[in-house]
Amino acid sequence: MTDDVILRAPAVVRGRSRGRAARAAASIMRIVPIAIIAIYVLAAVFGPMIVPFDPVATQIVDRLLPPGATTSTGSVAVLGTDSTGRDMVGQLIYGARTSMLIGTLTVAVCTVVGVVVGLLAGYLGGIADTLLSRIIDILIAFPNIVLAIVVAGLFERGVAVVVVALSLAGWVSFARLTRGATLSLREREWVSAARVLGVPAPRIMLRHVLPFVFAPVVALVALEFGLIVLGEAGLSFLGIGLPHDIVSWGQTIAAGKAYLSTAWWISVFPGIALALLVVMTGLLGDQLNSRFQRGGVR
Amino acid sequence: MMSMIGRRLAVGVFVIWGVTTLMFVLIRVAPGDPATTLLGPDATPEQIEALTERLGLSGNIVEQYLAYLRQLATLDFGDSFRTGQPAIALVSSRLPETLQLTLGATVIAAAVGLTLSLLAARRPDGAIDRVVSTISILFQGMPTFWVGIMLILIFALVLRVTPSSGAGTPAHLILPAITLALPFTAIIARISRATLTEAMREPYVQTARAKGLSRGEALRNHAFRNAMGPVVTIVGLQVGALVGGAVVVENVFAWPGLGTLIVDSVASRDYTVVQAAVFVIALFVLALNLVADIVNALLDPRIRVEANA
Repeated sequence: MTDDVILRAPAVVRGRSRGRAARAAASIMRIVPIAIIAIYVLAAVFGPMIVPFDPVATQIVDRLLPPGATTSTGSVAVLGTDSTGRDMVGQLIYGARTSMLIGTLTVAVCTVVGVVVGLLAGYLGGIADTLLSRIIDILIAFPNIVLAIVVAGLFERGVAVVVVALSLAGWVSFARLTRGATLSLREREWVSAARVLGVPAPRIMLRHVLPFVFAPVVALVALEFGLIVLGEAGLSFLGIGLPHDIVSWGQTIAAGKAYLSTAWWISVFPGIALALLVVMTGLLGDQLNSRFQRGGVR
Repeated sequence: MMSMIGRRLAVGVFVIWGVTTLMFVLIRVAPGDPATTLLGPDATPEQIEALTERLGLSGNIVEQYLAYLRQLATLDFGDSFRTGQPAIALVSSRLPETLQLTLGATVIAAAVGLTLSLLAARRPDGAIDRVVSTISILFQGMPTFWVGIMLILIFALVLRVTPSSGAGTPAHLILPAITLALPFTAIIARISRATLTEAMREPYVQTARAKGLSRGEALRNHAFRNAMGPVVTIVGLQVGALVGGAVVVENVFAWPGLGTLIVDSVASRDYTVVQAAVFVIALFVLALNLVADIVNALLDPRIRVEANA
């Protein structure tokens, strides 16, 4: 009993002629999300080469310096330092690295598992489909974050555990999407033709169904990436995510909570970094979705 | 409508069975022997054996599972290791706080979200619409735990108008409820705006407009009620996320509900309480889902008729 609620797509905007400036602004807006996400990726990949930062080293004399202050080594802490004297810029960059790593790994797991399960259930139907639908019922009804909290808390802290904890419910949206698309695709002419010609089922799924599922899945990847990054930060914020020697925005935000009245910058900056990334992945996902709805196979 | 509720309950029982069975598996897959972990390195073999017995971890896996199901049926999850109280009593004592928080957030989210959508739907793609959609995107993307901390910073530490954390007075509820409400305000505003603009193109609204009603009047008196059905349905589907959000928000504000209890219990490996809390959370989500379904049926006569047929 999976109630898919599909909002009717908003009708085309009435033919109001928009000025050249507005059109230019709109086309700039289209590039913004992907450009900002690219900056995050670059910072995560190359940042550590530019900004020297040791996530476990402490520099007590430099603790709780406000943004713009000069440290004992003579460098300028642009965004200040935390309670153990670590530079905030370094923390942001290493945190971006962590978020990208966890986000990419988890989304990869979720996409593969979800698409495979969705394809099988949608194409084969019968018991496979019933079983999938029931599992989805259970995972949808239960709050994902609580499931992740319990799993992450029961096992030893580590990257693998966080990825598993977040994947446990994360694959469901991919499976639902793929299943739904497959259900309609399997009735299309080219799939029937392949079936009549005796093409084996695995090959039909791979060559004649999967390529058409691709576009919506890509849009979902963008949306889910943001949610996964949020989930990881949430777990680390609660102190049951990644181990302490890995810098995570969630952990930094939690650590700054104790110094809110004296050193607001510790909690504020990682939160802005996190919120901006999540908002941009959301916008990118929406963009991809609407592009797919206009041009792609429905 | 009764048959709809019956069907919902059947699905609910199945979901609770699934979630609790998942917990059963997880606790047995987790590394380390719980009894040894709990008692520490100084425990005698007899103590460990006795605790293993009490935890329901002795015997083969089938026996353990049957015993576990019996526990579920009688709501007896054993005693908490930390406090010695029955786990289910401990968990139920925290439920009212979580209920307060989620209800408070729902009221705020519905009031603000619907108001925003009514403003936005007056003139689709107008200036207000754009502002509302920007606000929605921001509200949905900001991590709730960070928003909570920012609200503490602004309202408790700088302006000093609210308590920073804890519970007790109604003032304590304000910040946690607002924090939890933000993403749902955004969801409600987005969906409601979409269904409202859709409804405004329907023939009955055009008729009302032709009879001389202003766009605002047609929106409020004719489109609004019809547009609410899908909103309630989708908000109902988000109930799980609402409860999950509450779990996180409670930990930001040291709010003494289920969320702080489950995180503390997981951290201290208090398995009996974790199991009881997961069970109660599943039950809570299902109850809220059912409420959403009933509200929906009350709003839309078509659903009542369909459900009876």
